[in-house]
Amino acid sequence: MSEKLPPMMSTEEPVDDEDDDIFSSTIDDLSSLRNEELYSSVSTVPPPLTNINLNEEHAVVDSDVPLNKPKEEQLPKKKLISNGFEEEIDLKENDTSSNADEINKLVDVPHVTIKDKIIENIEQNNNFIKISISESTKVGEGMSSYVAYRIVTRTNMPMFKTNNMAVLRRFSDFLGLHNKLTEKYLRNGRLIPPAPQKNMLGSTRIKISGNQSDQATSAEFIEKRRLALERFLKRIALHPILRNDKHFCEFLEQDCELPKATSTSALSGAGVMRLFNKVGETVNKITYKMDENEPWFEEKEVQIENLDLQLRNLHGAVESLVINRKELAHSSGSFAKSAAVLSNCEEHTGLSRALSQLADVFEKVELVRTEQANTDFSIFCELLKDYIGLIGAVKNVFHERVKVYQNMQHAQMILTKKREQKSKLELTGRLDKVGTVTNEVSEWEAKLSRSQDEFDQISKTIKVEFEQFEINRIKEFKTVISSYLEEMINHQTQIIKHWQAFIPEAKAIA
Amino acid sequence: MLSDEFDTEDNNSQSDLVNEDTLNEGSNSENVDLSDNSLQVVISDALSEKDRVKFTVLSKTTLPDFQRSEFSVVRQHEEFIWLHDQFEENEDYAGYIIPPAPPRPDFDSSREKLQRLGDGEGSVTKEEFLKMKKELEAEYLATFKKTVAMHEMFLSRLAQHPVFRYDTNFRVFLEYDQDLSVRTKNKKELFEEIMKTLSKTTDEYLLSATVRDVNDFFEQEKNFLIDYYGHLKDATIKSDKMVNKHKDVSDSYIKISSCLIQLSTFDHRELDWFLNRFSETLEKLRKVEGRIASDVDLKLSDTLRYYVGDSFAAKRLLYRRLRCLANYEAANRNLEKARSKNKDVHAAETAQQLSCEKFEVMSDKGKEELIDFKARRVSTFNKNLLELAEWEIKHAQHQIDILKTSLDMINNEETRSSTLNVESARSNHGNNNNCFNLYMSMNLSNLSVSFN
Repeated sequence: MSEKLPPMMSTEEPVDDEDDDIFSSTIDDLSSLRNEELYSSVSTVPPPLTNINLNEEHAVVDSDVPLNKPKEEQLPKKKLISNGFEEEIDLKENDTSSNADEINKLVDVPHVTIKDKIIENIEQNNNFIKISISESTKVGEGMSSYVAYRIVTRTNMPMFKTNNMAVLRRFSDFLGLHNKLTEKYLRNGRLIPPAPQKNMLGSTRIKISGNQSDQATSAEFIEKRRLALERFLKRIALHPILRNDKHFCEFLEQDCELPKATSTSALSGAGVMRLFNKVGETVNKITYKMDENEPWFEEKEVQIENLDLQLRNLHGAVESLVINRKELAHSSGSFAKSAAVLSNCEEHTGLSRALSQLADVFEKVELVRTEQANTDFSIFCELLKDYIGLIGAVKNVFHERVKVYQNMQHAQMILTKKREQKSKLELTGRLDKVGTVTNEVSEWEAKLSRSQDEFDQISKTIKVEFEQFEINRIKEFKTVISSYLEEMINHQTQIIKHWQAFIPEAKAIA
Repeated sequence: MLSDEFDTEDNNSQSDLVNEDTLNEGSNSENVDLSDNSLQVVISDALSEKDRVKFTVLSKTTLPDFQRSEFSVVRQHEEFIWLHDQFEENEDYAGYIIPPAPPRPDFDSSREKLQRLGDGEGSVTKEEFLKMKKELEAEYLATFKKTVAMHEMFLSRLAQHPVFRYDTNFRVFLEYDQDLSVRTKNKKELFEEIMKTLSKTTDEYLLSATVRDVNDFFEQEKNFLIDYYGHLKDATIKSDKMVNKHKDVSDSYIKISSCLIQLSTFDHRELDWFLNRFSETLEKLRKVEGRIASDVDLKLSDTLRYYVGDSFAAKRLLYRRLRCLANYEAANRNLEKARSKNKDVHAAETAQQLSCEKFEVMSDKGKEELIDFKARRVSTFNKNLLELAEWEIKHAQHQIDILKTSLDMINNEETRSSTLNVESARSNHGNNNNCFNLYMSMNLSNLSVSFN
């Protein structure tokens, strides 16, 4: 048995080489990406950490909830202490930046005091971006037709050429934007809001919709999609880094058709490739278990899993509420019809009148209940759905970190191996080969330290992103649920109104 | 185990029934409007056993026919049916609308639901299970109360009726304190019954096709009742469906609020409180929604349902009259035949006279009854629809109140926590400064040490 071992070892050798290649390519890829990030994007973008906090406040002020302001203010301060170091790194790299303003701003950052922050806030508060999807139109006919959404943006952010923009975009453009953002930022550990799901059935139905009822359902489908897309864009706009991305800017600004994002189509070759990649990643996710050394991540991972599960449960429950409420509305409507028929038949005039009024009331109640079901859906249910998607994005980011960690582990392993090789060579005295191996060792040391940096970087970014995500989530849940409750009050008020109108009729029967 | 619990619930419900009797109020007050109080019948108590319900019927009377002025007997549903059949079959009452028999106590659906809930116990959380169970028990109780009310309604109408109240069978039913030993119909009898109804129905169709009514009033009434019965039935089905859906809606609130609570236990501390409030609010709303469902059931569906029965009874009256008319016409023909043959003329004459009289009396009575039916119907609908509207408004208002309170609470908490955060932020700030000062002073002291 022992005789067979050496050959096996030797077969492993080439595999290692292959790994080397893969690995180095990733590292290079990543580092180039990061450099680009640091030198080009970051120069126009304030360092992420402080900025996020600032924007949070900015958002709060925008939404006219001054009460929240102090609460958010607490968080920046905490972070400031822990993150000062990172900002300094960014700055050193940014010294080459030509933009004087930016430099000034960035240089200030490491020494940020509370006062500075407030000043910056005021500057930030002047910036706003308001995005809405105002309408949708069907372009073309038959299977090649599509729905174009009109995106209207109002902003005073300096990166846009004008303050008011309006562009037409189709659904695949949104997916294309999402893909671009994902390619660019996921590796850095940024949370990219998920784009709405593709729905082959729904979109095909729109394409071939002929009769009236089909059109009604497809109009409902488009409306739902419109809202989902709007929320998608708003979430990007809320993100301090993503909203300054040139793709996003282009998406909102360029008044012509974007190059068609073919890779988003589910049936294209890219789609199939993506599917394969996804499967591979999922397998990787399941099989690979990294030994977590940061309790924060351990804790959050558990929390995210739980949250995912609970949100899914809740989403299911709310969906069944929506269905039940819709059916209730429907049955109210059919009762209204029966009551109307009954009132026609009733011979007592007073009672007949009252019954037809009752039919009327139930017809109105049907409308209110349908509206209520829509509210249940569009406010409550969609919120949960969005957050299930967002949690998926959080998971992706966590997984991205695991991948970086894997790379790091791999570099570590190779390095140890190379070192052993080196010492073996030194012991056996084959000095001719020691030189190349030493080079390799130092190369791998560099790679290791780079990937270590990368790992630290992504961990830090994820923490920041996650904190931000939590803040946004808490705020959004609160506002959305409050508005949901308010909507419910509205519906009940309407119901009261309808029934009050009925009371004199009921009294008039006798 | 589950049915045991139901039984204990029933025991509680008895006292409820005695004390509240909210459901019976309706029928009582209606009866007071219509007639005097010489015979009053109430169901004071009801006990649900495994598959039957025992009603305690309490009567008060000033009528001389009864031996005492107050008595109470225990009756079962089958005895009510027997009583109804006695009225239905009595020729003397052919000209009257016989009050519809109360429906069979039907707890199967809630029992079945409870059973299903018990089977699926693992799939829901404990709180959810308890809530669902409570909900079902409430539903059970409501059905129970309703059954009692229906039975009482039947007796009350008999007691208020100027003719029916003197009926011997009715008196026996109220007075005889032993078991009436009415057995349920066996299969043969049931089959006969079905055949009889079938033949009656065909007869009815045949008659309505062949016999031309001399009286416009009845012709109109007939057409009206046929349509009306159909539409009422349809409306009742629709309204029942609506009520069931409403119950489903309120049930889905349970699931949501329990999911919210679970979410809150895992979730961020800041949302924890908030989600709990939200879940509480939904829980309160759930109760109101449930109440709306049962009130609509009570005020709308049950009214409709009762008049489905009543209009059916009225239809039966019309059928009997039509039958009588057909007999009368047959007697006329017989008389003519007899006269032409000059044979048995006298017998035919008396037969003709008898059936003529019978028909006349029946028509008079029937007209009165139908007019009475209309008046009764209008007043009941008036009352119940008004109450329905009032309840709907009341419940909607209640919901608004709940929602407003919770919104206020949320907003207050928001203000409170944010002021709290300002304070903590301030204190943090202060601490930082303090630290800084401390650090400075330490440095200074170090300096001074080194200087020394």
